[in-house]
Amino acid sequence: MNDFDWGVIARSWSFLAEGMALSALLVLVATVGGLVLGFGLALMRLSTHRFIAAPAAAYVTVMRSLPLVLVLFWFYFLIPLAIGRPIGSLMSALIAFVMFEAAFYCEIIRAGIANVRKGQAEAGLATGLRRGQVMRHIVMPQALRAMMPLVLNQIVIVFQDTSLVYVVALHDFLTTASIVASRDGRPTEMYTLVAVVYLIICLSATKAVEFYRKGRTT
Amino acid sequence: MNYRWNWSILLQEPYWEWLWSGVQWTLAISLVSWVLALTIGLGVGIARSLPARGARLVAGIYIDVFRNIPPLVQLFLWFFVLPEIVPESIGLWLKRDLPYPEFVTAVVAIGLFAGSRVAEQVRAGIEAVGNPLLPAALATGLHPVQAFRLVVLPLGLRAIVGPLTSEFLITIKLSSLSLTIGVLELTAQSRHVENYTFQGLEAFTFATVGYLVIGLCVTGLMRFIDDRIGGSALRKAAT
Repeated sequence: MNDFDWGVIARSWSFLAEGMALSALLVLVATVGGLVLGFGLALMRLSTHRFIAAPAAAYVTVMRSLPLVLVLFWFYFLIPLAIGRPIGSLMSALIAFVMFEAAFYCEIIRAGIANVRKGQAEAGLATGLRRGQVMRHIVMPQALRAMMPLVLNQIVIVFQDTSLVYVVALHDFLTTASIVASRDGRPTEMYTLVAVVYLIICLSATKAVEFYRKGRTT
Repeated sequence: MNYRWNWSILLQEPYWEWLWSGVQWTLAISLVSWVLALTIGLGVGIARSLPARGARLVAGIYIDVFRNIPPLVQLFLWFFVLPEIVPESIGLWLKRDLPYPEFVTAVVAIGLFAGSRVAEQVRAGIEAVGNPLLPAALATGLHPVQAFRLVVLPLGLRAIVGPLTSEFLITIKLSSLSLTIGVLELTAQSRHVENYTFQGLEAFTFATVGYLVIGLCVTGLMRFIDDRIGGSALRKAAT
């Protein structure tokens, strides 16, 4: 353990900040896109028509059984092939993240909707509301409250997942740090910094979610 | 989309050998790190449920730290940082003499991360199923340690076989991270075949089916165990 050189962090600060900005962009797109697509998948899975529910269920099951690294490789390879021209690793990673996280958000949303007691929707229908209105005014508000902590936890997981774009050489926080680590020969300082930064962000987010959930139930 | 399909590539040498050895490495990493994760998870999960404050605190810190650093970062810490910060002789041994260094490091990193997740399940199982039975066990005259060992723990563990199935599946998916430090497991080998042949659809389909089949086997096995020991009935009774 010969002398730590913390100066390497100060010198590469702006480069690391750019990496963190890309990580944040990935989290944002994966969460917004994943929630929208996941909501659509959840509605499909809850459908009573088998031809609508089955494809969504198959999609979710397959996505959830694959490692994210493989999904990143799949889209990195597949998208240029499908549209006939290269689109760069950022675009393909963003699409891969949305498609992958949608499967996880779908399950959270589906469980949230399915756990609203059946009588609630029936009562709504009996008062003469249409199906869409029942969904919007009666089922969804209750489902949203129930799924909120799980969605927030999933965002923390997505943030941790973004570190995997390392495999397609995108410059996220971890990858920029690893570039500095090998350029300056300072792996100890850089990886320790990365671990501490992730730990502080994820731990405070997790504790905040826990606090929020406890405050609501008691 | 013009793409020349060539499924026979999967059966040609050396590609078939690459992919098959990838499957074997994935299985090896998953199984060994799962055993490690279960051992750590059991120890830490029990410590988290003990009345002793010190044990609870240490176990809680372990769970918080390991669950809140991305597993890939943890892998890099074990692989790149650990040999630098330990005394020189141990560092040299880690770099030079450790057999299968990438494999061992991957197993340790994945096992320790998955262990923190298993620990949370163990604690939850003990809390939900075991603890309500503690007063009854004590009332029969059992010593607190006996009550924990003979009643609370066995019932708590039986109840979590279901949740542990998902943890096992997560461990299998985590094994793919080891490609970043050079283990040629299933995902790495499919990428390898794609680089050499440009038949990415075939190679990635092979890997996809591979993970699905492994996942189905694990789910089937765990469901069989769960049925045999009545775990789902216990979970239902607790809620």
